Amino acid sequence: MRFAFDEDHVLFRTTVREFLDKECTPADVRAAWSSHRGWSTDRWGMLAALGVNGLTVPERHGGLGMDELSLVLVLEESGRASLPEPIVDTTAVGAPLLAEVGSDELRERWLRPVAAGRAVLGVGLSTTPYVDHAGSADLLLLQRGDEVHAVAPDQVTLFEQPSLDRARRLASVEWEPGAGTLLAEGERAVAAIESAFDRGALATAAQLLGVGQQLINLAVAHARHRVQFGQPIGAFQAVKHMLADALLQLELARPVVYRAAYSVARSMPERALDASMAKAYASDAATLAGRVALQTHGAIGYTWEHDLHLWMKRGWALAAAWGDAAWHRARVGAAVLPQPRVS
Amino acid sequence: VDLDFTPHEEEFRRIARSWLEDNVPAAPLASMDTAEGFEQHRAWERELSAGGWSAVSWPVEYGGQGANLIEWLIFEEEYYRAAAPGRVNQNGIFLLGPTIIELGTDEQRARFLPPMAAGDEIWCQGWSEPDAGSDLAAIRSRAVRDGDDYVLDGQKTWCSRGAFADWMFGLFRTDPAAERHRGLTFIVVPMAADGVTVRPIAQLDGETGFAEVFLDGVRVPAANVIGEQDRGWKVAMATAGFERGLSLRSPARYTETAGRLVDLFGRVGGSADPAVRGEVVQAWMDAEAYRLHTYWTVSRIIDGGAIGAESSLNKLWWSEMDVRMHETALRLLGPAAELVEQAPGAVDDGRWLDGFLFALAGPIYAGTNEIQRNVVADRVLSLPRST
Repeated sequence: MRFAFDEDHVLFRTTVREFLDKECTPADVRAAWSSHRGWSTDRWGMLAALGVNGLTVPERHGGLGMDELSLVLVLEESGRASLPEPIVDTTAVGAPLLAEVGSDELRERWLRPVAAGRAVLGVGLSTTPYVDHAGSADLLLLQRGDEVHAVAPDQVTLFEQPSLDRARRLASVEWEPGAGTLLAEGERAVAAIESAFDRGALATAAQLLGVGQQLINLAVAHARHRVQFGQPIGAFQAVKHMLADALLQLELARPVVYRAAYSVARSMPERALDASMAKAYASDAATLAGRVALQTHGAIGYTWEHDLHLWMKRGWALAAAWGDAAWHRARVGAAVLPQPRVS
Repeated sequence: VDLDFTPHEEEFRRIARSWLEDNVPAAPLASMDTAEGFEQHRAWERELSAGGWSAVSWPVEYGGQGANLIEWLIFEEEYYRAAAPGRVNQNGIFLLGPTIIELGTDEQRARFLPPMAAGDEIWCQGWSEPDAGSDLAAIRSRAVRDGDDYVLDGQKTWCSRGAFADWMFGLFRTDPAAERHRGLTFIVVPMAADGVTVRPIAQLDGETGFAEVFLDGVRVPAANVIGEQDRGWKVAMATAGFERGLSLRSPARYTETAGRLVDLFGRVGGSADPAVRGEVVQAWMDAEAYRLHTYWTVSRIIDGGAIGAESSLNKLWWSEMDVRMHETALRLLGPAAELVEQAPGAVDDGRWLDGFLFALAGPIYAGTNEIQRNVVADRVLSLPRST
C-alpha cells in the first residue's frame, strides 16, 4: 500500500502547471470566451508538444500510452487554470474510447493527429446530452442505445446550447447512423460506454479539484488584502471558518479522486463506484468553494470584470456535467445499500 | 500509487485478525467510565499487551511491535472489525506515549512506556481548567520549583476517567510573569500523590466519566517534566497533534460505524425518507473518504513528510462525520430513537443513542472545532491572525 504519486507524475504536473501559468492566464481564458471557437488551437498544439493531448493514446499511434494515474494530476492543473481546450473529451474520454472500440485503420487515422494536437474528439453519451465543443470536433463518438458510432461533423446537425461558462461550447447533436459509422454494438459497446462515462466522471472530478483549489486560493488572497474595520477581513473568524470549511471538503475530496484514477486505470471491479464517489465529492467541494469564494470577495466577486467568475462558472458547469453529485450519490447508494425490508 | 496491500501487509493482517478472533471478549465490557468497567478494560489492556498488541506502532523495546503506520492502520481495521473493547489507556498509548517517544528522555521512555503498554499505568489528561478551556494558554495551575521537586497547586477539570486513572499529564504555569503560552511546563503527576483530590463529574450520559482534579501542594520530582521547563506548550501541541490527527481516531472506527448504519438501513429503512437514504449513502462515503485521506496522509509521512496543522482538518472531519452518522441513525429509528438500552423497544440495545451522545463530545474535546477552524485558517491557509 502506497498512496503517493511517483516522482515522474509529480514532475509532469509541475511542467504542465508552469506552462499553464504562462500560457493560460485569466486574460487568455477571457480571449477564449470571446473567440469563435471557444478555445485556442495554438495552445492545444503547445500542449500536444508537452505530451498532454496524446497522454492516453497508445504509443503505436504516436501517444505516450499512459493511464489515468498519469492523467489525473494534469487534469487537476487544467482545472486550476480553467483551461478552455477540449482535454476531457479528447484525451480523457475520446481517445481511450476510440482505442477500445475503433478499428486499426480508424485508430491510426484519428489517434495520431490527436496526439499531435491536430485533431479533437467530441463525445456524446445518453447520459451526457450536451456535447462540448461539438462544433469544432473533427470526429464525434456518439452513443445510440447499445451502439457506439464514429460520426463525421458533416453528418450531424448541431443545436447550440450555450453554457454560462463561455469556453464550453455545448450542442445537442442530431444524427442518423450511416454506412460505416458503427464501431461497436451489444455487450462490447455497453462496456465501452460504461468505461467512457466513468472516465468522463473521473476527468471532470479531477478538473473540479483544480477549480476548487483555485477558488480557495483567490479567496484567501483577497481575504489577506481586503481591509475593513481596520483589519484584513481574513482576520475575522466568520471569514476564516468559511474558508476552512471549503478547504476541508476539498482536501477530503482529493484522495477520493486519486483513488478513482487508480481504479479506472486498472479497470478494477469497483471502478464505477469509485468514479461516482469522486465526482460526487469533487462536485460538492468545488460548489462549496465557489460559494465561499464569492462570499469572501463580496460585491467585487459579483462583477464580470473580476476573474473570479471564470472559475466559479467552470465549477458550476462541471459540477452538473457527467452526472451531478446527487446522481452519483444515488449510483453509490445503489451499489452499497441493501434493499431495505418494508415494515 | 499502489492501493493493494503487499503480501507482508496481508500477513500482518492475518496474524492480527487471528489473534483478535481468539482473544476478544465475547460479551461487551461494562462502560469504561464506571469503576467496574474501568478495571475490566484494564484487564483487556493487559491481555492486549501480553499478546504484543497494545501499542503496535511503538518500538519493540518499549512493548510495541515497531509496526509502521500502514500496519498500524491495518491493525486498527482488524480491531474494529473484531468489535474489540474501547481503549481505556488511549490517552497514554496514543497521545502521551508518542509524545514521550518524540520529546522525552531515555530515562522517561524506560520509566513510563513499558507500564503504559502493559496496562499497569492508565493515564488521564490534565489540560482544561475552570478558566482555561478553548483558551488553553490561560492556564493558572502553578508548578513551583523546590530543590529537586516541583510543587503543584491548582485545579484541572474535564479529566476523562480522572476518577480511576493512575497518572495524569498536563500543563502547569512555571513562570507567572510570562505571557500566555510562554512559561508553561508539561508535567506528569501520579494520581495517588499526597494533595491530589478527585471529584467525579457525571457526564451527559449519567456516568462519572469526567473528573475535577484538585492539586494542593502536590510534590513531584523534576524528572516528571517532559521537555524543558517553561517550554511545555510545544510539548502539549505535539500531544494535541496526535490527538487531533491520526493516532486517536483511526478511520476503522468510522468505516465500522458506517457499515452498521448501512446494515441498520437494511433492517429499518424500508419507509425511510429518500433524504435519509441519501444521508446513509453520504455517511458511507464520508467514512470511506476519511479512510482514503488517512492512507494518503500516512503515505506522505512514510515518505518523510510531516503533518502539522493539517491534523486539525482530520479532527474536523472525524468529529463532525461521527455526529452526522449518528444523527442519521436516529432519524432511521424514528420513534425508537429515544429508547435507551433497558427499553424493550430499543433497537440494537440503544447503541445508536449511546454513540450519539459519545459523538457529540467530539467537536468539543481535543480543542473545539472553532479552534480547529482557526488553526486551519491561520496555519494552513496563512490567513492573518485575529486581533
